[in-house]
Amino acid sequence: MSGSSISPTVLMADNGSGTVVGIHGRHIGDRVYRGAITLFAVCVPLLVALVAWEIAVAGWPTFRHFGLSFLTSSDWDPVKQRFGAAPAIYGTLVSSAIALVIATPLAVGVSVFLSEFAPRWMRQPVGFLVDLLAAIPSVVYGLWGIFVLLPVLRDPVMPFLRDTLGLGKTPFFTGPAYGPSMLAAGLILAIMVLPYIASVSREVLLAVPRAQREAALALGATRWETIWGAVLPYARSGIIGGIILGLGRALGETMAVTMLIGNRQEISASLLAPGYTMASLIANEFSEASSDAHLSALMAVGFTLLVITIIVNAIARWLVWRVGGGAASKPL
Amino acid sequence: MTAGVMRTQRPSARQRAVSERARSGLIRRRAVNIVMLAVLAAAAVITVLPLLFILSHLVAKGATSLDLAFFTHMPKPVGEAGGGMANAIVGTLIVIGLAMLFGLPVGVGAGLYLAENRGAWLANSVRFLSDVLNGLPSIVMGIFAWQFLVRPLGHFSALSGGVALGAMMIPMIARTTEEMVRTVPTSLREAALALGYARWRTGLTIVLRTASAGIVTGVLVSLARVAGETAPLLFTAFGNQFWSTSITQPIAALPLQIFNYAISPYDDWHRLAWAGALVLIALILVISIVARVATRARFDTGSGD
Amino acid sequence: MAIDVKSQVAGLADARPANQAPAVTPERTRLVAESLDAWFGSIHAVHGISLPVREGSVVAIIGPSGCGKSTFLRCLNRMHETVPTGRVSGRVLLDGRDIYGRDVNPIAVRKHIGMVFQRPTPFPTMSIRDNVAAGLRVMDGHISRRATDEIVERALQRAALWDEVKDRLGASALALSGGQQQRLCIARALATSPRVLLLDEPTASLDPASTQSVEQLVRELRGDVTIIIVTHNMQQAARISDRTAFFLAGDLVEVAPTETLFTSPSDARTEAYITGRFG
Repeated sequence: MSGSSISPTVLMADNGSGTVVGIHGRHIGDRVYRGAITLFAVCVPLLVALVAWEIAVAGWPTFRHFGLSFLTSSDWDPVKQRFGAAPAIYGTLVSSAIALVIATPLAVGVSVFLSEFAPRWMRQPVGFLVDLLAAIPSVVYGLWGIFVLLPVLRDPVMPFLRDTLGLGKTPFFTGPAYGPSMLAAGLILAIMVLPYIASVSREVLLAVPRAQREAALALGATRWETIWGAVLPYARSGIIGGIILGLGRALGETMAVTMLIGNRQEISASLLAPGYTMASLIANEFSEASSDAHLSALMAVGFTLLVITIIVNAIARWLVWRVGGGAASKPL
Repeated sequence: MTAGVMRTQRPSARQRAVSERARSGLIRRRAVNIVMLAVLAAAAVITVLPLLFILSHLVAKGATSLDLAFFTHMPKPVGEAGGGMANAIVGTLIVIGLAMLFGLPVGVGAGLYLAENRGAWLANSVRFLSDVLNGLPSIVMGIFAWQFLVRPLGHFSALSGGVALGAMMIPMIARTTEEMVRTVPTSLREAALALGYARWRTGLTIVLRTASAGIVTGVLVSLARVAGETAPLLFTAFGNQFWSTSITQPIAALPLQIFNYAISPYDDWHRLAWAGALVLIALILVISIVARVATRARFDTGSGD
Repeated sequence: MAIDVKSQVAGLADARPANQAPAVTPERTRLVAESLDAWFGSIHAVHGISLPVREGSVVAIIGPSGCGKSTFLRCLNRMHETVPTGRVSGRVLLDGRDIYGRDVNPIAVRKHIGMVFQRPTPFPTMSIRDNVAAGLRVMDGHISRRATDEIVERALQRAALWDEVKDRLGASALALSGGQQQRLCIARALATSPRVLLLDEPTASLDPASTQSVEQLVRELRGDVTIIIVTHNMQQAARISDRTAFFLAGDLVEVAPTETLFTSPSDARTEAYITGRFG
C-alpha cells in the first residue's frame, strides 16, 4: 500500500543516528561470510580429490605399463626398470597382521580391565598413559627400536624363539637373526597401534548400558562371566571397528617401520627375515629415484596404499559408528 | 496355619550331591574370575611398560647430550665432536608455523560451515571426506606435496612441507571447531541478532569468541601431532645441514635430523639423535600442556548458559 | 459470577501503583501490527493479529502457554524469521514505516528495537562494561570511549545495576547473579536508546527481589520508551501495564486498558482465563 511512499533505503532517523542502508549493501557482509566459510569447507573435498588425482596421475604410466602384474610380481628392479610391488604389499599386510595379533589382546585387555575391574580412580591416569603412546612420534619409536629393541631381539629373544622354543622348525622362524626383521617391525607397530584400539575399546565398553551387566550379575554370574557373556558381545562390533582402525594406522606407518624392517625386497615366510612395506619402500627409494619410471612406480605404490587405507578406514568408521553412535570416533 | 511354617529337614543325599557340585562349580568359576583379573591386570601393566621404557631411555640417553651448544650450534661435519641442532629446532618451528597458516583458516572456516549447515549434503560430504583426509598415511601426503609443489617448482622448500603438514591438521581443527561452535547456545546468537548484529558479525565476534578456548585446544593438539611427523617432510622440506630460515628453500627439521642421524653409522650422531628426540618430545609435551591450560583457564568464563 | 470476578480482581487493582495516568501527550502510535501472521513451517502460530501500541505506553500480552505471545513479540523486531522455518506475513509499522517493507534491512530494524529474553544471556567472554556496550558497536559512526562509558553508566543506572557493579565493570559478566545478569541484559538493550523495548517474560527465571526491581524499571521507563511485555504472570501485567492484550491459540482475543480487562472483560474466554479456569 503506502509502503512505497517512503524512501526504500532509509529507515527512520529521528533518534539521531540515521541508518542509511543501500539496497545493494544490504546483506553483503553476510554473503561474504557465507561464501568464505563455504569456500573453506569445500577445500576439504577438493584437497582429498587433489591428493588422489595427483598421485594417480603420476602413477598411471606404471599401471598402464604393467597392469595387474604390478601388484603381483615380486620383481622390483629399478635398474632393469621392472617394478613388482608384491613384496611391499606382502610386507605391509604381514607386519600389520603381526601388530594386530599382539596389540589386540593387550589393548582390549587394558580397556576391559579399566572399565570393568579397576577402581574408578585408576581410569583417568592409566588411560592417559595408554593414550600417551599415541603422542610419541614415529621417528622416536624408530630410534628406540634401533638401539634398544633390535639388540634385544638379535640376542637373546630371536635365538630363544628359534632354537630354545623350537619355533625354528616352523617356516616362520627360520634363518639368521640379524635383528631388522618383520618381527621387529610388527612389534613396534603393535606398540604404536595399541593406543588407538584401546581408546576405541574403552569408549565402546563404557557405552554398554549398565542394564546388561546388572542382568548378568543378578543371575549369579561372576565379574568375568559378565564381561565375557554380556558386555563383550554387546561391544563386539565397536571393538572390531577399533581393531580395524588400528589396522588403518599400521598400514600407513612409515618411519619406525623403515628403521626396523631391514628394507629388503623379498617375500619370506620367516618373521626373522627382513622385508619391506609400501610406506617404507617409498620412504627409502623416493629421494634417489633414478628415473621417471622409477618415480612413477613409487607413486603407483603410494596410490595403492592410499586406496587400501581409505577402504580400511571407511570400514572401521562404519563399525565404530554403528555401536558408539559417533561418540567413539574422535580422531586421535 | 501350619502351611506357613517352614520345617527344617535334613537334606537328602541327592540334594547334598547337587549342592556339592554347585559349590565346586562355583569355586571353579570364582577361580577363573580371579585368573582373568590377573591376566587383564597383566595386560594393563605390559601395555604401560613400553611407554615407561621409552621415556626413561630417552631421558637417560638424551639428557646427557643436552647442553647449551645443542640449542645454539649447527651440526658439525662427520668426525668432529660436538655440534647441535639449532637449525633443526628453528626449522621445525618455522614449518609448523607455516602449517598453521594453511591449516587454521581452512580448518576453522570448514568447522564454522559444518556447524551452521548441519544437514546439508555438502556438509555431510565434507565431514566424511575430512575423516578420509585424517586417515591418509603421512607419507602419502608427503609424495602428494612433492608432486604438487616441489616438482613443478623444481626445488624443495619449507613451504611445501608446511602445506603437507597443514593439510594434515585440517580435519582435527575442523572437527573441534564444529563441536565447540555447536555448544554455543542459540540464545546467545539470538541475543546478538536482537541487538542488530549481522549474521557474519554474530558468527565471528560472538560465537567464535565463545568457542575459542576449545578451538585453541584443538589447534594445539593437532599442532603437537604434526610437529613429530617425519614422512611428509622427507621430500618436501628435505632437510638442510646449514642454517636457513627461507621458506622457499629446503629447511632442517627435528624429526628429519633425528632420522638421518639415527640411521647413520656414527656414534656421535646417534648421541645427537637421542638428544634431538628428547627435545622433540619436550616440544610436543609443552604444546599439549598449553592446550590443556588454555581450556581450563577460559573454561570458567567460557561456559555461558 | 461477575461479583466473584470483581472481588478476585479487586486485589489486583490495589496492587497497582498510584500514578496510573497514561504517559505522554501527544499520543501517537509508535508501533502498529497490521494483520500479522506467523508460521513455523506449516504450523500457523499467529493468526492475522492487528495491535496498535501508543508511544510511551506499556502493553502487556498475557495468555496460556503456546498461544503465540512470544512468537508475535518476535515478529515485531523481525526475529521470528531468524528461525529456520520461520515465516511472517503482514505489516508492522514503526513510526509509520513498515519494517517488513520490501527493501528494509532487518538488521537495521533490530537496532532500533530492543529485546530482552526470558533467560539472561550475557556474552560470556565479555566484561560487564563490554556487554552493555555491545549494541553500540554496531551503530553507525564511531562512538568515543568516553561517550561509550557515559552511555554504559547511564544504562546501568536505569537498569538499577550501577551501584552493584560500578567498581567491577571489567569483571566477567558471568560473575553476576541471575537477577543481576538479567538487569545487565536490560541495560544492554537500553544502551542503544531503542524506541521500543520488547520484553519476553523477563522475570520468569528471577527471584522475587529481582522481579520487583525489573517491574520498577518498567514503571520508570514508561513514557520514555514504548514497552511491550509478554508475561505469564497476570498480576505482573496488572501491576505495570497500561493496556493488556489477551492471546489465545494464536488469536488476539481482547485488548483493553488493563483495569478494564481485569475487572470487566468483554470476552468470555478472557474472563475464564483471568479467573483461573484454565491456564
